[in-house]
Amino acid sequence: MSAPVVDAKRHTPQGDPSQKPSLVHRLAEHGIDRTLWLLVPGLLFVIVLFVYPFLYGLNLSLHPNKGGMFGAYKAFFTDPDMRGWDSLWITLKLSLPAALINVIAAIPLAYMMRGNFRGKRLLTTILVVPITLGTVLTAEGLLNFFGPRGWFNRFLGLFDLGPVQLVQNYWGVLWSLIISGFPFAFLLILSYMSGIDPSLEAAAKTLGADWKQRFRRIIMPLLAPGLATTFCLTFVLAFSVFPSAILVGDPSGSTRVVAYVAYNAWGQMFDYPLASASAIVMGVVEMIVIGVVLMLRSTMYKGSTGGKG
Amino acid sequence: MTGLKEDFHSLHLDGLTRRFGGQTALNGLDLTIERGEFIALLGPSGCGKSTALNCVAGLLPLTAGRIMLDDQQVDQLPPEKRGFGMVFQNYALFPHLSVQKNIAFGLQMRKVPRAEIKRRVAEAIDLVQLGPHAKKLPGQMSGGQQQRVAIARAVVLRPPLVLMDEPLSNLDAKLRLEMRTEIRRLHQSLGLTTIYVTHDQEEALSLADRLVVLRGGEVQQVGTPQELHETPTNAHVADFMGYRNLFDGVVERVDGEHATVGLLGTTADGAAAGALATRDRVRVGIRPEDLVIGAPGATDALTLDATVDVVEYQGREFAVEAHLATGEAVHVRTSERPTEGSTIRLTAEAHRILVFPSAAEPDDSGAAGASAPLETAGSPA
Repeated sequence: MSAPVVDAKRHTPQGDPSQKPSLVHRLAEHGIDRTLWLLVPGLLFVIVLFVYPFLYGLNLSLHPNKGGMFGAYKAFFTDPDMRGWDSLWITLKLSLPAALINVIAAIPLAYMMRGNFRGKRLLTTILVVPITLGTVLTAEGLLNFFGPRGWFNRFLGLFDLGPVQLVQNYWGVLWSLIISGFPFAFLLILSYMSGIDPSLEAAAKTLGADWKQRFRRIIMPLLAPGLATTFCLTFVLAFSVFPSAILVGDPSGSTRVVAYVAYNAWGQMFDYPLASASAIVMGVVEMIVIGVVLMLRSTMYKGSTGGKG
Repeated sequence: MTGLKEDFHSLHLDGLTRRFGGQTALNGLDLTIERGEFIALLGPSGCGKSTALNCVAGLLPLTAGRIMLDDQQVDQLPPEKRGFGMVFQNYALFPHLSVQKNIAFGLQMRKVPRAEIKRRVAEAIDLVQLGPHAKKLPGQMSGGQQQRVAIARAVVLRPPLVLMDEPLSNLDAKLRLEMRTEIRRLHQSLGLTTIYVTHDQEEALSLADRLVVLRGGEVQQVGTPQELHETPTNAHVADFMGYRNLFDGVVERVDGEHATVGLLGTTADGAAAGALATRDRVRVGIRPEDLVIGAPGATDALTLDATVDVVEYQGREFAVEAHLATGEAVHVRTSERPTEGSTIRLTAEAHRILVFPSAAEPDDSGAAGASAPLETAGSPA
């Protein structure tokens, strides 16, 4: 298709060197035409709702109330009231395992659900329902179920076990992150999984591969880039954890996450530059984790997987 | 996981049946395949040929029937334990593995020693002439090359049986011819027992030792290419074997192998292709190349006058579509170009006219209509 276009450029029409192709055609060759207008609403949204607030916050974080240009950042990491390092570490300790568990748990389910079987729609619905529940509802459910007087501990009580402390601490928040993050991971991985041509597995079968070998040698390598992407997305969701850290966590101690620290700087200390600096640090840490995962991803096979995509 | 023995004598398909819900996709396929034979399953889409292949491969469970390799029952084995090689219509090459690794995959699954894998993969690559492409990924290769890889991947295991599911249908006409010869050459040099599924009657006739014609899940006829080509058992097989002119008629007189049939407002003498009685409704089949344009000769058993509608140039000859005074379309092949709109006189000899009993089948017209475009798959579209 491109050959005639190149030709047209070299030999101007009718061999007349003065006659150039019209402006519309020259622009079209660089991909500029009227369909570009379709970008306008999206660009407007991004600029108004993301770029401007982000730059505003960045600017704010660089004009702290005291102590030079990077004073707020210095305060975040060194101020004993902020304990920035601790909160970053706490947030990573929650979000990395949550993302990892979500991805790993979704793989076998998606693998089982890639075909068609009776009740598939019902099962998918059940698995996806937690998306529709807000964090608050999930948290209340967790409190009722895992709380000191919840069903779980009463059940353990029947066997003279427990009570086990599963809420108002690290575990409560981790559970909440898994419940709310799993449906995303599952839906994404299911779509990556169904993008793999089923005849590849059939071919592997006829070549003598049992299900473990097929999974390890065929499915996993083709799925891995999708898993990396899914991990990044669920990680970002989990890293910005805030409501559940307060509702089912221990926000002053073991689940003192970065979002909570930033919120405190804003809502309790009224130090807007410090709050902005916290948010920027949070973003940078997310970028670092995603960067590492995407670097790993770039080493994988990312071409066609032959399926319906 | 060594797969099944290679030195079997025959493979028996015994009443192979597969139903999907209430639909019977394949009904009682019986077939005995001798070692080294090349069998083609031929039929229009939806005739059950791919179902049959997938059942033999083990990718679909049987509803009824048995598959026996000599005296060993194999239909209970999962596909990975059968060790039958399979070539898929879309090639199904592993896109993340190089050509070499694709071909080595089956050997690795069988825990073949590394040195032997290397040697056999190299052999297989040579066999399909892909030496310079060994390290490429499938996505970097053309359709024909990918098909060669798929074939090499299946035959490198020296399977007792190779199953091919319309392997050439995604290739262009020229490559299809080349690969057809290639497959025939491979079969001759390796002697691998092969079941080949296709809807292209030319492909089946040129490749196979024996053909199985399927329609609506039922076997219509089993025989050598020559048997099917010359003596199709019913009008459906005839339709598929290039008898493009099929007319309804009524038997007027039966004389042993010969029958006189009233059709198209005239009569024809033909060869009976089944048990016939006077006043039976029949289908009369004539190939386009058996109709001759010109004056009637002494031996001609049928004479028709037709008006030329369409003339297609096809290299050595012309394909002509004309219509009779009664409205039926008739197809003729001729070496001289008739003019559109002119009237031609068509004749045919008695032994070129086949008279089939018309079985009372309710789905007759639909299925016959569906197969009509497929029978000319070899001619330019």
